[in-house]
Amino acid sequence: MIHLNKIRGARRPDLAQVVEIDARITGLRKPAYWAGILRRYGGRDPGRFFLVSVLEKEVQGYVVGEVRDWEFGSAPCGWVFGIGVRPETRLRGTGTRLLEAICAALRRRGVQKVRTLLARDNALVLAFFRSQGMMAAPFIALERDL
Amino acid sequence: MKLQKNTMLALCGVLEFAAQPGRQLSAAEIAGKYGASAHHLAKVLGRLRRAGLVKAARGSGGGYRFSGNAKRVTLLDVIAVFETVGPKVPRAPRRELERAVDQVLAEIDATARATFSSITLETMLKIARRPKAAPGRES
Repeated sequence: MIHLNKIRGARRPDLAQVVEIDARITGLRKPAYWAGILRRYGGRDPGRFFLVSVLEKEVQGYVVGEVRDWEFGSAPCGWVFGIGVRPETRLRGTGTRLLEAICAALRRRGVQKVRTLLARDNALVLAFFRSQGMMAAPFIALERDL
Repeated sequence: MKLQKNTMLALCGVLEFAAQPGRQLSAAEIAGKYGASAHHLAKVLGRLRRAGLVKAARGSGGGYRFSGNAKRVTLLDVIAVFETVGPKVPRAPRRELERAVDQVLAEIDATARATFSSITLETMLKIARRPKAAPGRES
């Protein structure tokens, strides 16, 4: 299969489309959140990444992540905390290539491992990360009511 | 976490079929590989056939082949044909401590279900083909 999508760093004009894709997936429009993500992850910080997959000026998907040092007692590792693909263009490898791109960028920053965290009932995205070779990490997520 | 013998046999059988989608495999071939009797495996395959996961092929060659979509069928889809992952029978409200233990067991069940439902047969085959990590090294 020939992939014509280009993966590059997100820019301000991409933001409206990223907000739209996220809203279609989650049912929530969060323009202020995404503007903040662009400010913090779309800049020059070498350990932070906000990438988009673009086909003929249309954003097909996005991925956000960063290198985190010594969180939860863990050696520096990569975290992917946001990934989304336009629902009508799924199953064409966009998510896979976005994840590969951010993993390559994280590797270049010297980390050996990438992690993510998601709701256990999010079967679709869980299955995606599993298909990319991700396994359960040696951590347990905990919470309590406040 | 331990699966029943039938469930393990069914999972391995379905994965054998899914790994070679174009090929018909005989029950005896798989039974021999996993140390089960052909009779026992035939019963397991019968249940998988009724669940629509395998098809019995007629003719002199006979055998079975996979009839699902390996990218969509999850481990939970196969396991659920044979056993329930989660509370077996809803229990009546009991003593405080028993309820607290039930709460922790439910947490474990929910994690097990999420794990089984997130791994498709195709992903499982990838895991099986992946080189093993060197001993002492966390993968």
